[in-house]
Amino acid sequence: MSFLWSNLGQVWNLTVSHVWLAALPIVIGFVVSLPIGWVANRYRLSRGVLLTIGGILYAIPSLPLFFAMPALIGTQILSPINVVVALSIYAVALMVRTVADALDSVPGDVKQSATAIGFSGWRRFWSVELPLAGPVLLAGLRVVSVSTVSLVSVGALLGVPNLGQLFTDGLNRSYTEEVLVGIILIMIVALVFDLILVGLGRLLLPWARADRRSGRLSRRAAMRAVTGA
Amino acid sequence: MTDILAAFGWIFDPVNWSGPNGIPIRLGEHIVYSLLTLLLAAIIALPIGFAIGHSGRFRGLAVGVSGALRALPTLGLVVYLALITTNLTIVPPLIALTILAIPPILAGAYSGLESVDRAPIDAARAIGMTGWQVFTKVELPLALPLVIGGIRSGALQVIATWTVAAILPVGGLGRFLFDGIAVQNYPEMLGGSIIVVALALVSDGLFAITQRLVVPRGVLAGRVRDTSEGDGRRSGRTAPAESAPTT
Repeated sequence: MSFLWSNLGQVWNLTVSHVWLAALPIVIGFVVSLPIGWVANRYRLSRGVLLTIGGILYAIPSLPLFFAMPALIGTQILSPINVVVALSIYAVALMVRTVADALDSVPGDVKQSATAIGFSGWRRFWSVELPLAGPVLLAGLRVVSVSTVSLVSVGALLGVPNLGQLFTDGLNRSYTEEVLVGIILIMIVALVFDLILVGLGRLLLPWARADRRSGRLSRRAAMRAVTGA
Repeated sequence: MTDILAAFGWIFDPVNWSGPNGIPIRLGEHIVYSLLTLLLAAIIALPIGFAIGHSGRFRGLAVGVSGALRALPTLGLVVYLALITTNLTIVPPLIALTILAIPPILAGAYSGLESVDRAPIDAARAIGMTGWQVFTKVELPLALPLVIGGIRSGALQVIATWTVAAILPVGGLGRFLFDGIAVQNYPEMLGGSIIVVALALVSDGLFAITQRLVVPRGVLAGRVRDTSEGDGRRSGRTAPAESAPTT
């Protein structure tokens, strides 16, 4: 670990920018996917169209998408915006399906009860449907979080500073330890992100732990994200 | 827009279609490497996944290991294996990519078998099928769309990661991206990217068609309504969505 101690300042800076480059797409992806996923769940036609678009976007390999960003949004090749926008696209592509499935998992009689006691559509969404969709949303977000943290490192190949730079630099200098430090730190960042999400889930969805059914649905959502099925 | 035109100009320039660094050679390398990786990963992951799905044991372990592997940064693993083996052939990235293609294929295999309804399995046992017959004639055909779904996402990951692995001198389409960035030739970077994206989309499309084709006719004929979840309105689609993916 001598590499780590002698380069602590630089490694810390790379870690901080790695955290930013991963956190922004996760948050943006979640916020943007909520309305799109709602529309996807609302109408049969839009469901097919939006989920197909999401599937196609998610099929695009990361490095080529990073390289295509300057042509698509007019940024410089070295700009960190390329990485943030490209990873946000992946996050949205993955989360739209999860949001649609999560909202679909809310039992119909609960929604009818909410309407019956006088909830407007808007208030019913925020105070009934969204909280009940929470556990499935959380499962999807955890998948997005892990893959985003890992994919940020590919951005180092374009020269965007983050922990992935330890891989390119380590390869150039044939410095195995530097690469290993990078792998471990990225896995730690992914773990911390995951713990934060699980913690938020415990805090905001205290009932979810006792609910077996939503546990099963969450696992299924996570599985769908992996198998694309 | 001019960038995209220049990229297509690069793709259709005859100069880039000949020689050892031509598009056909690089594309061929990329496809052969990807198929080889997928084959190795499937040989390892499918039997394990089927065993887990059939027996229902070690599921938690498989989920945990898959999750941990997903957190492993691909680029780091590729570079690390190349450095510790001091081997600049395709072997280190092949090993790294095989490891990374295992989780989706494994997940598809066991979740596919788990998704099979208990009733046909019990019926198959009742008419005297052996465990092996139940697996090959009942469980596997019903699970096949999800199993192929797993291989499908593994394929996407493999195609994407061989692009990244071109940071090592192994060829493949990623070469154009790295060569392009070294000499600041944006049409080459973008042209190479477009070819990789096209390859990924063609692969994904072929797998999507296969997933639809392997759904047993009996399943399509008698879609069972699963009223236990979802909100009635769409609950009829919840069950088939498992066997006939919509993406």
